[in-house]
Amino acid sequence: MLELRSVTAGYDRRAPAVRDVTLTVSSGESVGLLGPSGCGKSTLARVAALLHRPDSGEVVLDGTPVRHWRHRAPRELRTAVGVVFQQPRLSADPRLRLADLIAEPLRATGRRASAEDRVAELADTVGLTPDLLTRRPHEVSDGQLQRACVARALVLRPRWLICDEMTAMLDASTTAALVAVVEAYRTSTGAGLLAVAHDHTLLTRWCDRTVHWKTVTEPR
Amino acid sequence: MTERAPVLSVRGLSVRFLLPGGRRIAAVTDAHFDVAPGECLVLIGESGCGKSVLASALLGLLPANAQTAGHAHLGDLELLTADERVLARTVRGRRIGLIPQSPAAHLTPVRTIRSQLAETVARLTGVRGRTALRAAAEQAAERAEFPPGHLDRYPHELSGGLAQRAATALALIGDAPLLLADEPTTGLDRDLVDRTVDELRRHVDADRALLMITHDLAAAERVADRVAVMYAGRIVELAAASDFFGASGPRHPYSQGLLQALPDRSFTPIPGMPPELGDLPEGCAFAARCDRATDACTALPPFTGSIACHHPAPAPTPENIRA
Ligand SMILES: Nc1ncnc2c1ncn2[C@@H]1O[C@H](COP(=O)(O)OP(=O)(O)OP(=O)(O)O)[C@@H](O)[C@H]1O
Ligand code: SF4
Ligand SMILES: [Mg+2]
Repeated sequence: MLELRSVTAGYDRRAPAVRDVTLTVSSGESVGLLGPSGCGKSTLARVAALLHRPDSGEVVLDGTPVRHWRHRAPRELRTAVGVVFQQPRLSADPRLRLADLIAEPLRATGRRASAEDRVAELADTVGLTPDLLTRRPHEVSDGQLQRACVARALVLRPRWLICDEMTAMLDASTTAALVAVVEAYRTSTGAGLLAVAHDHTLLTRWCDRTVHWKTVTEPR
Repeated sequence: MTERAPVLSVRGLSVRFLLPGGRRIAAVTDAHFDVAPGECLVLIGESGCGKSVLASALLGLLPANAQTAGHAHLGDLELLTADERVLARTVRGRRIGLIPQSPAAHLTPVRTIRSQLAETVARLTGVRGRTALRAAAEQAAERAEFPPGHLDRYPHELSGGLAQRAATALALIGDAPLLLADEPTTGLDRDLVDRTVDELRRHVDADRALLMITHDLAAAERVADRVAVMYAGRIVELAAASDFFGASGPRHPYSQGLLQALPDRSFTPIPGMPPELGDLPEGCAFAARCDRATDACTALPPFTGSIACHHPAPAPTPENIRA
């Protein structure tokens, strides 16, 4: 289970972007979180991905309360969560070729040896041709870069996926294709998903259950 | 309808990227279209098909390894061969307003939104003096629905949607005769998408031209007069928006697939992937994914001004289509 308990978080303690949010995703479940632009969805997604320490509240991942965040989070927690953001350009190291970008988490966790096969396999899954794997981020389109970011999120076989507006920059066909990639991964591994977006039609079509921002922030 | 001189006229525009080892990427091939004053042309297409490269070519923002051919006239100025100084001083911001695809990466990180707006107002308009600039900056923010309470924030303190609105506010400031918007509604919720495209539409209705790149087909339907569909670097369909989104629907098999991929339609991707732009087939680039392909499709289908396909769906009202 991925549990967010009364999470308050933001960039300014006096005006937190996220106030007292409680949300639970069961193992293998896919939950869509819907909310208006700028409401704090992305901040919450970063908390759930262990990338942003909340001001208060608790995150519990498969029974383990999270005490440390970002690079201080213990490896077994960090590797349990894969994350995809809205803007691939802000989350991709501009110096890396796409193949190295996808392999980055493997290297960071000392699994360099298995990188080549795993990258080839994932590139095929997300629809990146070998030619694109040798290019750097500025030499590919946003959509192509997002495909690489999805591959990178899957490379460590996470039990949880956090997708923050993963398809907001993508055309309809690439959207349908990447949602299919995520769903195929979940079907084969039983991973859970928190998908944050503001597109109601997309989330209801994609997820088991869709909750609105209002209902997770309001006092229960 | 009397035809007026277009604001932008693109003829046979091609862009090639040269990669190490002598490889060439055909990012845009032989694009033809016009955008008239008071008209919005929306450009749609699968990721990586060359939409942003086309926009960069018009703005003189291509990287050094790019080569262009053909023509792109902005009034009497040839954009493709114009001097960088001319482009920087008189075109970008003044004659072409740009809303970029990655707004957060485009804003100046070390300055607040308020100061970036005021600086742009000072640079592009006659407004002078602190109070007047302040007021004009706030007005610019309001036009793009950027909330006044966030004006003193830095770009990294903004959500994706807010950054998008800040970039839109900046682009609208010079009242440029041509607005070029690359995915201007990314990261916005439906309500804000509607309000943003309505603001862009007001710009068009004030007799300006808008070339908008988007993957948001609902936004396209709301704002477009005409739709251009791009595939593997080529424009494969150019249609009146009312036909494209209306009962008759798109005519090109690729356009039809794109509409069908929407989550409120079949939500299935077009099978396969676009071809590599460094290794395009001789004939129709869509053939490998097309369920209507025949032997004829091994020859490149010519663009007729409305379609490039050997077996398109029948034309709805051919007399209404213009190149
Ligand atoms: N500097 C470059 N060098 C080599 N290839 C490039 C370069 N920039 C872009 N490309 C390639 O040109 C093609 C068109 O890219 P472009 O950014 O125009 O796509 P797009 O249609 O805007 O896609 P998206 O919808 O994802 O934004 C892609 O195949 C991309 O990989
Ligand atoms: S030319 Fe042939 S292969 Fe290409 S889109 Fe038309 S029918 Fe399909
Ligand atoms: Mg683009």
